[in-house]
Amino acid sequence: MTTSATTAVGAGFPWDPRSWVRRLRSGDEIAHLITFLFSSSIIFITSWLVFELWVNSSLPRQKFGLSFLVTRIWDPIAGDFGALPFIYGTVVTTVVGLLIAVPLGIGAAIFLAELAPPKISDSLSFLIELLAAVPSVIYGLLAVFILIPLMRTTIQPFLKSTLGFLPFFTGPAYGVGFLTAGIVLAVMIIPFIISVSREVLLSVPGDQREAALALGATRWEATWKVVVPFARVGILGSVFLALARALGETMAVTMVIGNNPQVSASLFAPGYTIAAVIANEFTEATSDLYLQALVELGLVLFLLTFILNGLARLLILLTTQKAGAHE
Amino acid sequence: MTIGKRIALAVVSLTLGVTAALLAADPIQVTGAGATFPYPIYSKWFDVYHNAHPNIQINYQSQGSGAGIRQVIAGTVDFGATDGPMTDEQLAQAKVKILHFPTVLGADVATYNVEGVTKDLKFTPSALAGIFLGKITKWNDPEIAKVNPGVNLPNAEIVVVHRSDGSGTTYIWTDYLSKVSNEWKTQVGTGPSPRWPVGLGGKGNEGVTGLVKQTPNSIGYVELIYALQNQMPAALVQNSSGAFIKADLASVTAAAAGAAKDIPEDFRVSITNAPGKTAYPIASFTWLLVPAQIADASKRDAIKGFIRWMLADGQKLAEPLAYAPLPKEVVAKELKAIDLIQ
Repeated sequence: MTTSATTAVGAGFPWDPRSWVRRLRSGDEIAHLITFLFSSSIIFITSWLVFELWVNSSLPRQKFGLSFLVTRIWDPIAGDFGALPFIYGTVVTTVVGLLIAVPLGIGAAIFLAELAPPKISDSLSFLIELLAAVPSVIYGLLAVFILIPLMRTTIQPFLKSTLGFLPFFTGPAYGVGFLTAGIVLAVMIIPFIISVSREVLLSVPGDQREAALALGATRWEATWKVVVPFARVGILGSVFLALARALGETMAVTMVIGNNPQVSASLFAPGYTIAAVIANEFTEATSDLYLQALVELGLVLFLLTFILNGLARLLILLTTQKAGAHE
Repeated sequence: MTIGKRIALAVVSLTLGVTAALLAADPIQVTGAGATFPYPIYSKWFDVYHNAHPNIQINYQSQGSGAGIRQVIAGTVDFGATDGPMTDEQLAQAKVKILHFPTVLGADVATYNVEGVTKDLKFTPSALAGIFLGKITKWNDPEIAKVNPGVNLPNAEIVVVHRSDGSGTTYIWTDYLSKVSNEWKTQVGTGPSPRWPVGLGGKGNEGVTGLVKQTPNSIGYVELIYALQNQMPAALVQNSSGAFIKADLASVTAAAAGAAKDIPEDFRVSITNAPGKTAYPIASFTWLLVPAQIADASKRDAIKGFIRWMLADGQKLAEPLAYAPLPKEVVAKELKAIDLIQ
């Protein structure tokens, strides 16, 4: 029997028990069943997660409703809870991190995959994979001892004197804040972007390159106009991975962001993220409302991840269509 | 058989019997969870007690006071531990009566990093409240300068640093500020993670220390033991008698002694801003939370035995770890309260 026949029978109707038994004996159906169970476990875990978060946040949902999302006050003693400063902090640090990491990471990946001699490319890639395995608390400590003093004494005063007319670079330079957290996130996610993007670029078939070169393209033109667009979906996949990591990063961020729930246009100001506040306050949350408000923040973070991922996918769809039309 | 032989036989058989019973008995497992602030002394106590009583093993998880209170209410641990006493509301949630047993005392100190200042700074209660409320914003503010004559305070913005994680240290700090400032009490209140009017948050004592050390012209607060071990500058704080007191074991013990006379029967008392000429004002008890009814007799005896030991021999272990031991009056009262556990 052939695989195509099996698939046709499997998809067909009415259902034939004899052929099912035959397929069961040959092992296809078992493999199908097992892998189906594995993949559906992802859906099961995700929906269970949302269910638990939803059920365990009933008190604040009833008390604050949707105003939870737009309230700036977070006062555990008075029992007033609003998520806005945390949502803002999470989005801002993630965006700053991606703005820095995406160009750097993709640029480095292009160099390693296309331009660098293989020896350099391999040894550097090994180092980058090591970087990806460094625990986040180490990045946090390095930032506390090196980046924060540098930000306070050098980088922030410099930005203030050159770009101080923008609202993003105003206010006192504490060293900690949105910008510092964004930079730490960028450093943490760059290895993911480089590592995955490099693999994707390397897997682009050689004849694509050769065809471009044969048509008279320079090496850079072949890379930038043929290889990179070919690998675009995979590169964007690496950016998604980086986005998810940045959104959920807790330890390194809480060490450098200043942990003050406020909404401020200045990137120098201290802020707070959802993951950081959950980690900081969960153990000492004594009242039910307080505890459930923290759980609801978890639900918000989940939705935020969902929305940002959706937006990023939309962006891909739009750019892909445009690129398609262009070609 | 002579009498001597009989006695010898009896002794031998008794010894064998007891040994067999000891070997056969499972170790009694007691589990507790709660405060992180007294964890160093608790882990020492449970270790020393286990060595003295090999059949009793006490497992303690320092998950935070909030977790300790929640778990003792739910009955998932045999005892809890907390840095702030349980509220009436929380006590009402528990199915059985929960008893508070003070174990040791701890204190918070204000630590700072002011450019050009090497002398110990003095603070009035209103200065500390004003700084943490964000109303006193410069180091050369008259409220600070008037009690620090001869100190060259800079005309610089004060950077306030506080704990970002919920903690007993913060509970004690806010409890003190609530007592000395009406404005703090109404605007912020007492709790392990309040809504801070100003400042940067550092994670843990080490996070606050790091930010204070790195940020010029900053002020923060840490546990006494942490300040002592790291040799950080510690402010003198004006107490209720008007004297400026440095935090150390003697002044913390004095605060407890001042409050001990009026300690309520259930031991739920705050001793911040305590009376007494030499009392340091930002100190607090830390408590074990024990259910008044424990069904398992062996566990009950183990817990009662441990508390008795903790009140006697255990107290001697406190000072080397920079916790102040309990005053005698409190120990006497607690010994009586042990009988309430049934």
